[in-house]
Amino acid sequence: MTLLENLEWLLPPPADFRQQIRDLRDAIAAGRLGDVEPRLQFLANHGLGLSQLEQLAKTAQSYAEAAPNGAMRRVRLGLLGSGTQDIVAPALVATGLRHNLLVEIVIADYGTAVQAACDPASDFRAADPEFVLVSSDYRTLDLEGDVLATDEAAAKVDFAIDTLRATLDGLKGWVRGGILFQTIVPPMEPLFGSLDLSQSQSSFAMVNAVNRAIGEWSRAGDLVLVDIARAATWVGLERWSDPAMWHHAKTPLSIKFVPLYADLVARVLAAITGKARKCLVLDLDNTLWGGVIGDDGVEGIALGQGSASGEAFLDIQRLAKRLRQRGVILAVCSKNEHDAAVKPFREHPEIVLKEDDIAVFQANWTDKATNLRAIAEMLQIGIDSLVFLDDNPVERGQVRRELPMVAVPELPEDPALYPRTLMAGGWFEAISFVEEDAKRADDYSAQAKRRELESTSDVAGYLKSLDMICGCKPFDAVGRSRISQLVNKSNQFNLTTRRYTEAQVAAAEADPDLFTLQVRLSDRFGDSGMISVIIFRREGEQWVNDTWLMSCRVLGRRVEEAVLAEVVRAARAEGATRLIGEYIPSPKNKMVEKHYEKLGFTAVDNVDGVTTWALDLAGYEYPELPMTIDRT
Amino acid sequence: MTRDEILAKVQDVMMDVFDLDDLQINDKTVADDVEGWDSLSTLRLFAEIEGAFGVKFLAREIVALENVGAMVDAIASKSPSA
Repeated sequence: MTLLENLEWLLPPPADFRQQIRDLRDAIAAGRLGDVEPRLQFLANHGLGLSQLEQLAKTAQSYAEAAPNGAMRRVRLGLLGSGTQDIVAPALVATGLRHNLLVEIVIADYGTAVQAACDPASDFRAADPEFVLVSSDYRTLDLEGDVLATDEAAAKVDFAIDTLRATLDGLKGWVRGGILFQTIVPPMEPLFGSLDLSQSQSSFAMVNAVNRAIGEWSRAGDLVLVDIARAATWVGLERWSDPAMWHHAKTPLSIKFVPLYADLVARVLAAITGKARKCLVLDLDNTLWGGVIGDDGVEGIALGQGSASGEAFLDIQRLAKRLRQRGVILAVCSKNEHDAAVKPFREHPEIVLKEDDIAVFQANWTDKATNLRAIAEMLQIGIDSLVFLDDNPVERGQVRRELPMVAVPELPEDPALYPRTLMAGGWFEAISFVEEDAKRADDYSAQAKRRELESTSDVAGYLKSLDMICGCKPFDAVGRSRISQLVNKSNQFNLTTRRYTEAQVAAAEADPDLFTLQVRLSDRFGDSGMISVIIFRREGEQWVNDTWLMSCRVLGRRVEEAVLAEVVRAARAEGATRLIGEYIPSPKNKMVEKHYEKLGFTAVDNVDGVTTWALDLAGYEYPELPMTIDRT
Repeated sequence: MTRDEILAKVQDVMMDVFDLDDLQINDKTVADDVEGWDSLSTLRLFAEIEGAFGVKFLAREIVALENVGAMVDAIASKSPSA
C-alpha cells in the first residue's frame, strides 16, 4: 500500500545519504566536477523524502552554476500555479536528475497566473522559461459547488474554462518548449453522495467538466497533459489531499505525496525532451517465467494458466508485449546458455513473447552491465534509454553502481506485483502517439538484422541490396506531429538543434520564405518512417539552412546525400546559386561537425565554434545513389 | 524514550530538514535560532517529526509550541510508548 507514497520502485535512501551529499558538495566547491553528474543521479535514483530532495536540489543547483557546460540536458521550468509552489520546486529539481534532466525553476507570484502568462513585461516571462507547468486547484477556480441553479453552475464552469484558456493562450505566444497542464483534482468530500456524478452543481461534476475541456485542448495539441487528477485516484483522494496543508500553506496536496507529484511532472518533462526510455531489457529466469530454464526445462518452468504463479508471469509478458506494440524496444539480458534460453520462446505452448519481439538477445555468462552496454550499442541508442528488469537484487545492484543512467526498478517479492511496479516508475511516458511509434520496435529489430548483413559484405553492395526507397516531400499536416517530435528529440545528427513546437511547424508549412522537406526511408527489411527533417530559408539567390537533422538509425545509408541532391534540384529550379549551411555545436552533436565538409561545402566562417559553409550550385554534380527517390 | 533521547532525535531530524551539518539545540531553542527555520520549513519539520516518532500534530498545536522544550514535551505525551 506504500508503493506510490514511498516510490518503492526505487531503492530506499542510502543510510549515509547526508555523508554522500557532503562529499558531493566538497567536490563541487573544489571544482572536481568530472563525476558529479552520475553521483547526483545515483542519489536521485532512490525513493528520497522531501528533506532529502531539498538537500539534493541545493547540491544540483550549485553544480549547475559551477559547470555551465555539463553534459546533462538543462531545462528551465516555469511554475504557474494557484497554490504555493515553494514546497514542490526543490522536489522537482532533485527528481529531474532521476530522469536525466538538470532542472532550474522559475516561480510566478502566487495568484498572478494569468498576468504572468499574458503580460509581456512580467518578471516570469522575462526569466524566459523553456517549459511552463500550469497547475490549478478547484478552490481557486471557484468550483467549490455552492448549490446553485443549473445555469449558474454552468456559468461557473465556463468561467473556470475561460480563465484557464486565457492562461493557455497567453503562454502559447511565447513558450518555446511546451506547456504542461495539470488536470484538476476533485475534492474528496461528496455533497449529494453518489448523485454528484450526474448533478451538475456538485463540485465533482464541475471539476470533471473542466477536465474534459483540458483533455480536448490536449487532443488539439495545445498543451501537454499532466494528469494529476488520475494520479490522485491511484493513491486515493483521502490520502492525496490534506485540508490542513491547504489552510496552512495553500499547498493543494498532502506533503507526503510531493515526491510522487514531482516524479509525475519530471517524467512528462523527460518525454518532451526526448529523455523517456526507449528499451526494456528483460532478464529471463524468475522474471519472464518462474524457475530456471537450464535446470527445470521447458516443461518445468512456471508460465501459463492453471497456477497463480504461472499466470503472474504471463501478465508480465503481456505487459512487455503491449509496450512493444506501442513502440518500446524489447531486449533480453540473461545469464544462461543461449540454446537453453531461446527454448521457451520456441517450444513453450503458452509463451506470449516471441523471438521476433526481441530486438537483441544476450544470453551468456558475462556481467550484466557489459551486456547492457552491448545492447545499447547494437541498437544504436543511448545507454540512458534503457530500463532493466531483473528479479535478482545482486544483478540490479551491479548495474546501478556501474551504470547509474540505466533505470533499474526495485522489485517486490511477489511477481504478481512486477507489472504495476514497473509501470509506476513512469519511464516510458509518452506525450503523443503516432503510427511511426508503433512501428519503431520492428524497425530496431530490422536494423539489427541489417547490421548482421552489413558485416558480411562490401558497403556499396550492401546498400544496393537494400532496395531503399527515400520519400521526400514538403511539410504537411499529416507529417506535422512526427516532424515536431523529431525536431524536439534529435540531438546527435542535428546541425543547429533548433526546437520548434507543433504550432511553429504548422506555420512553416505555409511560410513562402521556407523550403521544407520531410524525408522517409524504407527498404526490404521494413519501413523506417520519417527519419529526416530539413528547413532552408530562401534569401534571394542563396538558400540558408535553418534545420537539418536525421535519425541516427539511418546513418551510413547516404540519406544526407540524397537530401542535398533534392535541395539542389529545388534551388536550381528557382534560380538560386548558393546554399549556406551552419553548424552550431552542442554537447551532443559533434558527429556532424564535418557534415558540410563531407558534402563538398567550403568553410566561410568560424565564430566561437559556430561554423558557416557554402556550396556553389554551379559546381555541384548529382551523385549516383543506391536508392529510389519518391516525391509523392 | 527519555526526554534526552527525544531531544537528540529531534536534533537529527532538524539537521536533515534544515540541511545543517552542525546544530546544537536545547529546550530554549526557538525558530529564530536555527538557520532556515521559517514557516514553510516548519511544515516539512513536522511532517518528518510525525514520521520519525509516529505521532500527529494539529495546526493549532504547532502554532502554540513556544520552543523546542515544549515540542519535546508534546512528542513525549503523544508517543504511544510514553
